[in-house]
Amino acid sequence: MTRTRRRRLLLVGGLFVGLAAAVSLALTAFSENLLYFYQPSEIASGQVPTDTRFRIGGLVEENSVERNSDDLVVRFTLSDCDASVPVRFKGTLPDLFREGQGIVAYGQLEPGGDFVADEVLAKHDENYMSPDVAEAMQDDQGVSCMPTNMQAQR
Amino acid sequence: MIPEIGHFALFLALGLALVQSVLPLYGIARNRADCLAVAAPAAIGQFVMLAVAFVALSFAFYANDFSVTYVAQNSNTELPWFYRLAAVWGAHEGSLLLWMTLLASWSLAVAAASRSLPREVASCVLAVMGAVSVGFLVFTLFTSNPFAREFPAPAEGRDLNPLLQDPGLVIHPPMLYMGYVGFCVAFAFAITALITGRVDSAWTRWTRPWTTAAWVFLTVGVTLGSWWAYNELGWGGWWFWDPVENASFMPWLVGTALIHSLAVTEKRGIFKSWTVLLAITAFALSLLGTFLVRSGVLISVHAFATDPTRGVYILAFFAVVVGGSLLLYAIRAPRFDAGTEPVAALSREGLLLLNNIFLVVAAAGVLLGTLYPILADAMGMGRISVGPPYFNKVFIPLTVPLVVLVGVAAVMAWKRTRAEVLRSRLWAPLLVAIALGVLLPWLALGTNGVVAAAGCVLGGWAIATAFEDVLRRMRGRRVKLPRAVVGMALAHAGVGVFVIGVSLVTAFGAEHDVRLAPGEQASLAGYDFTFKGTRHVEGPNFVSEIGDFIVREDGEQIAELFPEKRRYNASGQTMTESGIDAGIFRDLYVSLGEPLSGEAWSVRIYHRPFVRWIWAGGFLSALGGLIALSDKRYRRRERAAKTVTADTRARVATAEA
Repeated sequence: MTRTRRRRLLLVGGLFVGLAAAVSLALTAFSENLLYFYQPSEIASGQVPTDTRFRIGGLVEENSVERNSDDLVVRFTLSDCDASVPVRFKGTLPDLFREGQGIVAYGQLEPGGDFVADEVLAKHDENYMSPDVAEAMQDDQGVSCMPTNMQAQR
Repeated sequence: MIPEIGHFALFLALGLALVQSVLPLYGIARNRADCLAVAAPAAIGQFVMLAVAFVALSFAFYANDFSVTYVAQNSNTELPWFYRLAAVWGAHEGSLLLWMTLLASWSLAVAAASRSLPREVASCVLAVMGAVSVGFLVFTLFTSNPFAREFPAPAEGRDLNPLLQDPGLVIHPPMLYMGYVGFCVAFAFAITALITGRVDSAWTRWTRPWTTAAWVFLTVGVTLGSWWAYNELGWGGWWFWDPVENASFMPWLVGTALIHSLAVTEKRGIFKSWTVLLAITAFALSLLGTFLVRSGVLISVHAFATDPTRGVYILAFFAVVVGGSLLLYAIRAPRFDAGTEPVAALSREGLLLLNNIFLVVAAAGVLLGTLYPILADAMGMGRISVGPPYFNKVFIPLTVPLVVLVGVAAVMAWKRTRAEVLRSRLWAPLLVAIALGVLLPWLALGTNGVVAAAGCVLGGWAIATAFEDVLRRMRGRRVKLPRAVVGMALAHAGVGVFVIGVSLVTAFGAEHDVRLAPGEQASLAGYDFTFKGTRHVEGPNFVSEIGDFIVREDGEQIAELFPEKRRYNASGQTMTESGIDAGIFRDLYVSLGEPLSGEAWSVRIYHRPFVRWIWAGGFLSALGGLIALSDKRYRRRERAAKTVTADTRARVATAEA
């Protein structure tokens, strides 16, 4: 093998190893950070694992928001057509968070059945509802069970 | 009446754009000078028409003409006049009009500069830009007409999204779009190269200033976007890996690769096909960015199902532009003279090749994370999102070697550099960088850490090597440095400033969510924040609760902050305006959460060291690009181009014979 050939082989080999490393790095990071979306009825029926982070979406049930008086812990119930899930969150809620509003939360399910959110999103403006939430708010026939005033706004 | 004039002007612009694109291409095919000569006047005419349409829509906003549906949806009589004008680009239809008006402005600039280009080249470039304009005009006129009327007219408009009522938004989209559309010029030059079969040093000399100009605008646009998000979203963050941000960042990454690869093509006559491919990709990503943000795909793929015309048109347009260019590329690019000289690893072109690989792979990683959720949703694979940790994990390992390269490339010569030369020139910057990395966090913040030090060494390295290059060139010489050299040094130093900012704000940034009643105080990073209470204030189109915070350091008052919670009258939306005490070495940032029982509020307090360096770095890089743009060599092109024209004529004549 000549010197140039050996050098070229090393170069190609090096490039290949580098590329393989980059791709595997990207794909690992990718699969680790995919967040699935579940809705309250899926959680209530026990389809959702308790050890991974995921997104949940639904309507904040009327009169369900409770605050601790001394810290920033907030509790509320998130519901779709068939079921509801208790949610706990510590921190500042977004501007558009209110009862009857569709929201998306990020977090984990506790073994006891509470969803502990680390991030709550209520996006953009009140005429807009996250498509995930809108879909979650439909029953099997695709009919929305949102309060009618919310439907009108969409 | 005036909206109808605007609408009519759009139709005229479409006619002129058709002329601008079809006739010159015919002229090239048949070698007819009269057809070629049409391009520039048609471009000027198209600009005038689009300017008329743009002014007409602006006037409809200014005069609160709510019979125009788009105005009624995005404006309100209470909205201050400057936000009414900025509302022109507050949503889909108006953004498209802005896009096309800017495209026409770039065409006008090309037409104005076309006297220094061979006529075939100038006409072909304008023809390609005209074709893109036709695509956008048809889309606007038939699916997204900003001048559509609605009678009876509503008495009041629905108001501009309050998130967009910020000075940052007045200038951010035009800058971003100037960048997006600017890459259309580079794209048009690339297509011209494919049609005429010529990529030589003259071609790169024409293409480079346009590409750099587009890159400068895009850099400013992306930087302003980050600054706006920091100010307006109230979360104290400067980048969220949101699809909307990624949409502007991908063309930036590929555009940066393009600038560097153009340099290699000009200086060494290699990487020709690659440069052309990058120009096509940069524009394709700009198109993707425009459509992703404004067409509603991000909000829901299913929005396309309810209004399929827009979605189908966008996909078809994208397929024609990208597919057509790639087809042309596949047919014509193999004919470029590739050059036979091998590229040495220790040479400037060798490192620039690495730079291109890193930038393009980074862009591909961002693309995967941005588009995968959309594709998965469209194909019914479930609703998925990709979190910011993915982007950080992919992006940071790719950018670290890139910044190391930035430093080495500046001192590297073309063709081949001996390792001893590198060693003799790089040890001083390396020492400076290490000293800076250890001392800067310690002196400015009184603390240190491995990650922060590593980041500062990296940033210091980029700055120190840029300075070394400039200092060495100036030593013992009275002549002024070429502006291109100064520009490059500044742009690279900007990268260093940016990296230092990112490292320090990531390592030492702190935040605290706390419940505060009037008179109570909270501490963060050695600062005491005392909440004095809120007062009620009425703004032009909103009512506001303004908080009052006294910030003390070692018992001494250093700032008073007034974060706001606004409620906009027309939409009823609530918005947070953060209170920020900006500084070179740190920002103190307070935002009001929500009112709790009694007079208490939930409050977010942030300490953001060196966060300004992030945007300072971006603007410094843009300034570097601007200085490089003013280099003498581009102004001398008139003389050079004339000789080239003669040369081309001779060549066309031989081809005919």
